[in-house]
Amino acid sequence: MNIVVCAKQVIDVSEIKVDPSTKKPVLQGVPLKISDIDKNAVEEAIRIKEKHGGKVTVLTVSSSDAKERVKELLAMGADEAVIVSAPENADYDVVSKLLAAAIKKIGDYDIVLGGEASIDLFSGQMGPRLAGLLGIPQITYARKVDAEKDKVVAERDVGDVVVTMESPYPVLITVTKEINEPRLPSLMQILASANKPINEWSMESLGVKELTPKMETVEVKGVSMERKNIVYQDDVDEAVEKLVDSLAKEGVLR
Amino acid sequence: MVLVYSDDEKNMLELIAKAKDVSKELDEKATAVVFDTDDESLAKKYIMHGADRVFMVKTGLNTFKGEEYTDAMEKILEETNEEVVIVGSTKNGKELASRLAAKLDTGCVIDCINLYVKDGKLTTERVVYSGNAIAVERFNSKPAVVTIPPKVFDPLPEDESRAGEVIKKEVKVDGYPSRIVDVKEMKTGEVNVEDAEIIVSCGRGFKKKEDIQLVEELAKVLRGTTGCSRPIAADLKWLSEDHWIGLSGHKVKPKLYIAVGISGQIQHIAGMRDSDVVVAINKDPEALIFKSADYGIVGDLYEVLPKLTNAVKEKMS
Repeated sequence: MNIVVCAKQVIDVSEIKVDPSTKKPVLQGVPLKISDIDKNAVEEAIRIKEKHGGKVTVLTVSSSDAKERVKELLAMGADEAVIVSAPENADYDVVSKLLAAAIKKIGDYDIVLGGEASIDLFSGQMGPRLAGLLGIPQITYARKVDAEKDKVVAERDVGDVVVTMESPYPVLITVTKEINEPRLPSLMQILASANKPINEWSMESLGVKELTPKMETVEVKGVSMERKNIVYQDDVDEAVEKLVDSLAKEGVLR
Repeated sequence: MVLVYSDDEKNMLELIAKAKDVSKELDEKATAVVFDTDDESLAKKYIMHGADRVFMVKTGLNTFKGEEYTDAMEKILEETNEEVVIVGSTKNGKELASRLAAKLDTGCVIDCINLYVKDGKLTTERVVYSGNAIAVERFNSKPAVVTIPPKVFDPLPEDESRAGEVIKKEVKVDGYPSRIVDVKEMKTGEVNVEDAEIIVSCGRGFKKKEDIQLVEELAKVLRGTTGCSRPIAADLKWLSEDHWIGLSGHKVKPKLYIAVGISGQIQHIAGMRDSDVVVAINKDPEALIFKSADYGIVGDLYEVLPKLTNAVKEKMS
């Protein structure tokens, strides 16, 4: 079973600070990491490999150096990594075309895996876009994946209903955070992964000519998340009394 | 033309209102798409809510399937040359819109909270960086594909005098080797946090399942609903997923949201950030939840909750 896992290097959104004067997020200097849900996808890929054998390749398209972060995924148990350098100005269209070109170059694959969405922008667009470009079936929001020899059975979490889907290979699957708990590699695994190959491919080497984004970002504005932030730390009885008075004044106690 | 599709009927009415708005700016018409039903009253309902036209499309399937419905939409678009496609941001809608955009070689914006024409270009706004910013983007390709979540826009009032055309279509779609094996209802029907006006939510601060009762008591006094964060529903399964509020759970916007023993991880905040008034109760004064709250009490929830329930009861009587 050959599996390609698409993983995105993102800024750690929990570390974002907001500039108090402009209310805009300050993105510079925010640490980078592999998007959490993509790690669930890597974990799932490794589990499938442990059952059926084969190879797990992690694939990332990044405009900044992703090598260090990708090493974590190799330490978890992926066999090989491919990093495609992206132009600075890349939208979902550009990145999905680069992913598709890289997957075609990797060649023999049964499953393409990824997180349901990346934690920075949380669209969930990349998976189905990529499946559309590759012309293969898609199973999105999978919270359970059971890979059998010649088909996969997966449960899609669609909110009010769970839809069980079945597909032969190749298939693209995006997973939710609930599917598993990504493993933490041991020191031995980290050391052992140092020799695993990390291939760096350019757009040219993929035979992709210039890509023009379909979307243009006009601006990223701040949100005025205006909360009163009144915190009562004193005596509990006093705090409860003050809170109930405030809520009554807000008109929410009727 | 502006084409509208959602697999959620309520959401559909909201999208039609927005489509009407956008189509006026573009000097176009709003067309609603319904798949695989003979129910013409549905088409009439959409017309009474503002649709200029309804396509009743038969694909030969009897339920939503991403690949086939994407192909059906693609074929409809080939015929009609729409400028804008608005899809409901349900999980089905998102996978359809994204795949469709790839096949049409065009841009797509998921979860728009605003949509308008500026300088002749369709412009969108969406929340990014887990609620810390709004990205304003515009399309340089056609058709523009966007998805809009439920409850972002209000539907137009029902008006029986509105006229519109109902067009029946049959679209042949390619078969895909994947198939739906089973559909299981998850909703117990007991709780609907999305429509609740007051929600009291619990998180990891609770030591055992029985203690959730403390939250339920406060919710009852407030005539509200019990909610919870991810660990309670997904990991511990102390409450059903109906109660789960967050990025992967339900998104809510009540008048009052009380978070008890919830640390305030970004995934949870994303589900409740549109609440009118937010109250946090947590023993850790550094807990993130206080940053997203209007009022907070730093204290042991086991001491605070019973006292708060009593005080609210007194105040409301």
